[in-house]
Amino acid sequence: MFTIHSARRILTMNSSRPETTHVAVREGRILGTGSLEELSGWGKHELDERFADKVLMPGLVEGHSHAMEGSFWRYVYVGYFDRMDPDGKVWTGASSIDAVIDRLRDAASKLAGDAAPLSAWSLDPIYFGNRRVVREDLDRASATRPVGVLHASGHILNVNTKALELAGLLRKGINHPGIPLGADGLPTGELKGPDPMMMASPYVGFDREVLACDELGLRYFGRLCVRKGVTTAADLANLLPQDAVAMMLRVTSESDFPARIVSLLRLQLLSGQALIDRALELRAMSSDRLRLGIVKLVADGSIQGFSARLRWPGYYNGAPNGLWYVPLETLREAFRLALARGVQIHTHTNGDEATELVLDCIEAALQAHPARDHRFTLQHCQLADAAQFRRMRALGLCVNLFPNHHYYWGDQHYAITVGPERAERMNACATALASGVPFAIHSDAPVTPLGPLFTAWCAVNRRTATGRLLGAHERIGVADALRTITLGAAYTLKLDGEVGSIECGKRADFAVLEDDPLEIGAERLKDVRIWGTVQGGRLFPATPSSQA
Amino acid sequence: MSTRIPVTVIGGYLGAGKTTLINHMLRHAGGRRLAVLVNDFGALPIDADLIEAQEGSTISISGGCVCCSFGSDLVAALRGIVALDPPPGHLLIEASGVALPAAISATASLVRGLANEGIVVLADAETVRERAGDRYLGDTIERQLRDAGLILLSKPDLANADALAATRAWLEQFAPVIDSPRGQVPLEVALGPALGRSRPVIASPPAHPAYETVEYGDLPALDLERLCTVLTDPAAGVLRAKGIVRDPSGAMQAVQTVGRRAEIYSATAGGPGRLVCIGIAGRLDRSAIERAIAPRQFRCGSA
Repeated sequence: MFTIHSARRILTMNSSRPETTHVAVREGRILGTGSLEELSGWGKHELDERFADKVLMPGLVEGHSHAMEGSFWRYVYVGYFDRMDPDGKVWTGASSIDAVIDRLRDAASKLAGDAAPLSAWSLDPIYFGNRRVVREDLDRASATRPVGVLHASGHILNVNTKALELAGLLRKGINHPGIPLGADGLPTGELKGPDPMMMASPYVGFDREVLACDELGLRYFGRLCVRKGVTTAADLANLLPQDAVAMMLRVTSESDFPARIVSLLRLQLLSGQALIDRALELRAMSSDRLRLGIVKLVADGSIQGFSARLRWPGYYNGAPNGLWYVPLETLREAFRLALARGVQIHTHTNGDEATELVLDCIEAALQAHPARDHRFTLQHCQLADAAQFRRMRALGLCVNLFPNHHYYWGDQHYAITVGPERAERMNACATALASGVPFAIHSDAPVTPLGPLFTAWCAVNRRTATGRLLGAHERIGVADALRTITLGAAYTLKLDGEVGSIECGKRADFAVLEDDPLEIGAERLKDVRIWGTVQGGRLFPATPSSQA
Repeated sequence: MSTRIPVTVIGGYLGAGKTTLINHMLRHAGGRRLAVLVNDFGALPIDADLIEAQEGSTISISGGCVCCSFGSDLVAALRGIVALDPPPGHLLIEASGVALPAAISATASLVRGLANEGIVVLADAETVRERAGDRYLGDTIERQLRDAGLILLSKPDLANADALAATRAWLEQFAPVIDSPRGQVPLEVALGPALGRSRPVIASPPAHPAYETVEYGDLPALDLERLCTVLTDPAAGVLRAKGIVRDPSGAMQAVQTVGRRAEIYSATAGGPGRLVCIGIAGRLDRSAIERAIAPRQFRCGSA
């Protein structure tokens, strides 16, 4: 006995049979696609017609997110843009500082006790003109309890006076580039960069363990995946201590956990040899819904934080070049050992100098260990130029680009960070396609919201939040974008033989859509309504959403 | 003197000799209880024979010293050091090979109970020029050197004399340069001299034949800015100086210099003004220092 699902249209991403109307599922896998008559040949079945008016796509694959997006939803959302929480509630964007404060005040009134911290996230004062948020603003939300609000970029934390006091920072004479001072000589409450943020974060409820993704966060993340049509999501990356692995194995194996998580091991506290040993050990622990064994390295910082490494002529506003995050020798050793022992590495390179360095390192490692099909992947790789894409192709690399950045920060990139020309080539999807570099596109959730169809819309339209068309020549077509958020991302995770298309033998992972992404029009691609998902043959309807 | 724990940041690129230096200091701590923070234990930074016990991210070292790794949370590690009972006598922070030491120093300054005592950057005599010319690394190496109060030249014995002289001259543009073969450098030079309680004598205790120390007691109230200008002038030959001095208003101030950098902050300790300076033997210009601490510069009553 097996099930045949009928649908209005099935977009398979299988080039031998790109479109069909029925898919047969047995034991969580796809028995076949075709007409009802064709599939009936497999024997006794039941016909499930609940998707008869819906469109099926392969379950969407998010190639670069962080499961901690789920953890953030226990804090108050104060972002500028509307955003859907794991329960389907759409939080309206806070469009002014007053709106942020109102929401915080409201949340504070619901907290028990006077001392409990109030934590919020996704603040983006860029959209409030040049006005910075200061501690006096947050004091209006609560003067008695510590208040901390994390910026959307994740690189700045705003705190109130009480939090500064608890952190030992409410004093004169502080001299730190990440802690601006007010006219009174005291910190304004803006804490920039990891160290200043860590001074206050334990007092405002941003617990390190929670942010590293705990059980509740992982469950929330799974629910968000359902709402966004995602059946496989990469978690980039995690320190993966043994207790976290045990928790993730347990939670993802529960019969109602709706997604496959690919969690990458982050380099820290480990030498190259120990890193590769641990990756192989983790790979052996993988289950169907928790895939382990890929390594993540970070070469540089972020472009909007001016910590990315840029080639000449550097930052448009003259800021000094960014930082290397690990010694070059560490990168070289890791690539060499990984190629020798068959471990895949994804490397964060934001600036084009970081990309160039990693290309050089991988080229040298490949000369020592000419591995085939290594699928080493450059993550973000936002500033790569055409020559670098040609090198990626020649070296057998994949790339995972970040089109959401155009929407959220494209205007800043144009005006401040890299200037007009390079802003237009950022996340050059069309060049990747033309160069033949296998590529994915991503959200980096929680930096931007999880949602591959939104990411596809960004790659297709390249509009900034203010409506500027940024890089018309790097737009890609809808069909290419849809392929990228399914098979493209699956390929970078070495899962394209298992997921990413609807065809015989693959996992029964579907995104179930109310609208047809090929019919709705390129400009409305982000508005495609999502019923939910099918993951490993199990049905996960997204529960009805509400409006905040 | 306040009871804050003095902090020295040790910078330098991979292979510059940071680990060798730290092990040398731990072996020659001379009763100072050192705490060492390292970025990670990727390559174990402590010589095995020095280790008494390891528990999680903390290694106990003979002589009451400890070594902890801080991973990505430097602030929590620094707070952990301040909370140690009994407190360590000095904290060394080993910066990662690509870190900018001044950024670490700035973070240490945020944590109550710590007092920065300068940045020491190691340079490998054989490779530092080549690294500084590397297309990817060059600016990082220069930024590290620019952060230095003192530069310790490791492996000077391996380089040829001409190349060494050129390297030394090039490094001098950033900070005073001291030879440190196999991590050998006196603790009071690398970490700063211990300031006597209140000895009102001028003394030159023999520290190390290559260095010279002078100590002054019973100092009058002084113009601290001017004092620091003299102490940080390369012509005076002072590598490090530390003092507790009354300023013209009568307030006790702590003064500290490392190479060309000076810091003045209010001191909690009282007692007579005193100052200790260390320089390379034969290069310390005592008369310049003594002019700077002569009482005739002010008429502000009895000091």
